[in-house]
Amino acid sequence: MGALLQYIQSYLSSDKTPGAAGNFFWATVYILLVFLGLSVAVIAMNWLERKILAHMQVRLGPMRVGPHGLLQPIADAIKLLLKEDIMPAEADGLVFWTAPLIVVLAAFTVFVVVPFGPAHAITDMNIGILFMLGVSSLSVLGIVMAGWASNSHYPLMGALRSSAQMVSYEVAMGLAVVSVIIMTSLNDQGTGTLSMIGIVQSQMAQGEWFVFKFFPLGLIGFAIFAIAMVAETNRAPFDLPEAESELTAGFHTEYSGFRWSLFFLAEYSAMIAVSSIAVTLWLGGWLRPFPNWLHGATWDLIFSLVPGITFLLLGAITFFNVVRMPKHPLFKIQTIGLAGFGAVLGLIGLLLFLPPVRDRVGDIFWFSAKVAGFMYLYIWYRGTFPRYRFDQLMKVGWKVLLPTGLGLLILTAGVGMRTEIWKAIQGATQR
Amino acid sequence: MTDPKTLSPPSLETHVAAHDKTFLDANELVINMGPQHPATHGVLRVILRLDGEKVLGLECVIGYLHRGVEKIAENRTYTMFNPYVDRMDYVAAVSNGLGYCEAVEKLLSVEAPPRAQYIRVILTELNRIASHQLWLGTHALDIGAITPLFYTFRDREEILKIFEKYCGARLTTHAFRIGGLQYEAYDGFEKDVKDFVKFVRPKIDEYEELLTTNRIWVERTKKVGVISSKDCIALGVTGPVLRASGVKWDIRKALPYANYKNFDFEIPTGQNGDTYDRYIVRMIEMRQSLRIIEQAVGGIPEGPVMAKVPKVMKPPVGEVYHSIEAPKGELGYFIVSDGSTQPYRIRVRPPSFVNLQALDLMCRGQLVADVIAVIGTLDIVLGEVDR
Repeated sequence: MGALLQYIQSYLSSDKTPGAAGNFFWATVYILLVFLGLSVAVIAMNWLERKILAHMQVRLGPMRVGPHGLLQPIADAIKLLLKEDIMPAEADGLVFWTAPLIVVLAAFTVFVVVPFGPAHAITDMNIGILFMLGVSSLSVLGIVMAGWASNSHYPLMGALRSSAQMVSYEVAMGLAVVSVIIMTSLNDQGTGTLSMIGIVQSQMAQGEWFVFKFFPLGLIGFAIFAIAMVAETNRAPFDLPEAESELTAGFHTEYSGFRWSLFFLAEYSAMIAVSSIAVTLWLGGWLRPFPNWLHGATWDLIFSLVPGITFLLLGAITFFNVVRMPKHPLFKIQTIGLAGFGAVLGLIGLLLFLPPVRDRVGDIFWFSAKVAGFMYLYIWYRGTFPRYRFDQLMKVGWKVLLPTGLGLLILTAGVGMRTEIWKAIQGATQR
Repeated sequence: MTDPKTLSPPSLETHVAAHDKTFLDANELVINMGPQHPATHGVLRVILRLDGEKVLGLECVIGYLHRGVEKIAENRTYTMFNPYVDRMDYVAAVSNGLGYCEAVEKLLSVEAPPRAQYIRVILTELNRIASHQLWLGTHALDIGAITPLFYTFRDREEILKIFEKYCGARLTTHAFRIGGLQYEAYDGFEKDVKDFVKFVRPKIDEYEELLTTNRIWVERTKKVGVISSKDCIALGVTGPVLRASGVKWDIRKALPYANYKNFDFEIPTGQNGDTYDRYIVRMIEMRQSLRIIEQAVGGIPEGPVMAKVPKVMKPPVGEVYHSIEAPKGELGYFIVSDGSTQPYRIRVRPPSFVNLQALDLMCRGQLVADVIAVIGTLDIVLGEVDR
């Protein structure tokens, strides 16, 4: 027993991730935490997407289940779990059964290396970014399997579209990622890193987020990635595989109930995963804004108060809506519920002001806030853009993003080695 | 005029046969789109023959909404049949009613009084805007832009409110009677219409802001579903589809009915006959309709709204064809009277049905996604296709 406690405690003094420190207890705890957090994030994202999209489209969105539809995702989840699980008679049973598992597995496994803070990750792999890209592209397999196993035309076409799309956009995505890897190697030792934590640390060491590095090269790389990641996750305006008006629901047309919800879960966690890559590679991961420009103890304090203030604001917005609730007795329970929700948000906000908490959650907060920004962009795209046609999608991928990515790679490498190149030219001219 | 037979590209059979000989060529894929499909605008069934994503040919199967409207007419009096026409193009019920009432009036040789004519024009043009708004919303939704749908439905609601105030119904209005109108315009009708015109002008700009210069929208609609003016005329295609191909043909100008000759408006035409041009033509048409409404609402004359029409209508033996420019194209009524209270035969020339014939021609060689765009741009209503 004592040995176990000692084993648990031994990690607390470490500043490494539990995976890297080899502590299985804390690794398990982190896995559970990440899984839980991810599920909550997907549920919240579901509600937020419906509400935000609804307000963009001059409607209210869910309003009935719970105050302002807050319990709608839970109601939906229960509905999906209780629904009859239909497998088409002509479907290939085993493949049909495995496909959603592969998709959801790939979507969740990538979070092993997502760094929420210098030590807040399940593990730190030296090939972190490769692992993420590799595992996340496994989901194509699941989608193709789903489309094939359904033994139906629309899913098959959706699967074909999706595989072609994901494969071609991964190329451009990879080129943008490599340009960041080049940027990480611009230090005295000249050693780059593929580790997700290492990438953020090198942004800290170089004193700027890579999105601003070699302006506008970093920005172009970021833009390529930001476009490719939307295509990679099959979201609007690249949502051809599940183009509702053409292919009804694309590769998951024949899926229902829990299996369908696995696809849903995978789609949203894949969105969070690619946004995490973008945040880690270009937007400084867990770093707070302006670490070099606005530095010093005072600024540190001010920025450490932001998480608490954010939650207090959310609580205040909730209370504002409590006041606006109809005064009819029918709404009494809803009003109390909303007030309770606001109180929880406010309490969390107050909790985040406590110095020991505040110092520990800052990293996670900034990381999540940046990812949340991307999530908002996803919703915004969906509300604004029409859908690309298949050939146009391929054109954008191969004829625009890929050449831009290649040029970017060469330019980044050239600018990164400008002193060496200059010396070589001088040497050649002197001789 | 071209013989329709010469229009069709090389026949499907020869095309497929040529392909089957090649090694590695997969068999063609036959996909059944509809009658339950989110983008076929009702119960249209399209049997697509695909080579990968490319459309080799398609066949429309219609009749899922057939109610035998023309046959029903033979067992109803002229007045009784009036509400039935609303159920054909239920999106533009007022236009249908106008066409029918004017056709019977022609048969009876009566004319609606000027006041009724003005109110008819206002309501019909409001209906045209409502129909185009519904078209825009669903068309954009098919192409993947989900937001315009809600904007257009929000603004269409204002038109429906005016209809509701006028006659109590919102969709199948039965607004007109043979010989004029049953109801006098309600108090504040003119103000409501004027307010609506003021309200909807910036809203149309708002729709255009979302779409007209949107790169994806332009790419999805330009050079998609092209149809030449020659093919349009040969197939009998009318309405905005014909005008987008460059033919300046609008029955409101060409064969003026109601009192359209009193109003000043323009007929927009396109050049390329593609989906984008049809979109632009309809957007301009909405603005032109607003112009007509503005002129009409300012000059509604006083007087009765109903002409002297016999209680029991027995039109003289004979036949009449009368057509109007419905939002979707030429809507014609051919009525044969045998001198009794019931029509001997009524034949409707619905624009949607005739325009739908062009679908195959417009879709060949395009991609699956374009089929959806073309069905949307033809602006068909299945209630009118099947009747």
